[in-house]
Amino acid sequence: MLTCRQVSELVSHAQDRQLGWLERWRMQVHLRVCEGCRNFQSQIGFIRRAIHRHPLLQDKDREPPSGR
Amino acid sequence: MTEPGSPGRATTPSRGPGVGQHRDYLYRYALLHLRDGTRAEDVVQETLLAAVESPDRFSGKSSLRTWLIGILKHKIIDVFRKQSRETSLEGSADGESEEESADLYFDRLRTDHWHTFPQTWGDPEQSLEDKRFWEVFDQCSKQMPSQIARAFYMREIMGLETDEICKELSITATNCWVMLYRARMSLRQCLELRWFGTG
Repeated sequence: MLTCRQVSELVSHAQDRQLGWLERWRMQVHLRVCEGCRNFQSQIGFIRRAIHRHPLLQDKDREPPSGR
Repeated sequence: MTEPGSPGRATTPSRGPGVGQHRDYLYRYALLHLRDGTRAEDVVQETLLAAVESPDRFSGKSSLRTWLIGILKHKIIDVFRKQSRETSLEGSADGESEEESADLYFDRLRTDHWHTFPQTWGDPEQSLEDKRFWEVFDQCSKQMPSQIARAFYMREIMGLETDEICKELSITATNCWVMLYRARMSLRQCLELRWFGTG
């Protein structure tokens, strides 16, 4: 069983490369039973989406996009 | 700025509706990456000059802004590359392995459980409309060591693939993934401590 540390690394790597099928399976097994790591995974996803909503990147002469 | 006259070549407007109207957005895009108003001004100026003088005239295939951002990205990357070289000359902590940086967050003595268990953030998208959230976000971004932040911005804002980042910053793929991992761990924890975790 992977540790939370190992899973945090895989969750991050998954943002940058294709995980191997074994890595992905082992990560998902851990995520199913670990709420902390599930929270972590959704938070990393949120950060990725959030950056594009940074005020500096928004057009000032139209409505900011609403959250999805 | 005036357009150099060239018989047989179409001239491109260099201000007014056209290139100049995008200046504000270009500046904000540069500021987000470089975190320095003067440097941002410089790269924007270089970008507009390059756009006006470019032999590969904007052909209208993509939007004008997209084309300008393309030039600006290269200018920003040039700055990053220079800063990156200066950082390695000073001898930074880039050699730190993923394992060593993860010690900040995980307890080796307790089978690598989280020191602080990630909480649920509820509906975090709500925060994106709040100016104060972005102030905290910017503070958290500034906490990242510069080399980490550069790789992170190249990946997340510019959208470069890992191998492109490696090439530009002269680092290995493994180093790149470690830097991005450190960036995400740092940013996430900071946001939890200073925004999402407080009531």
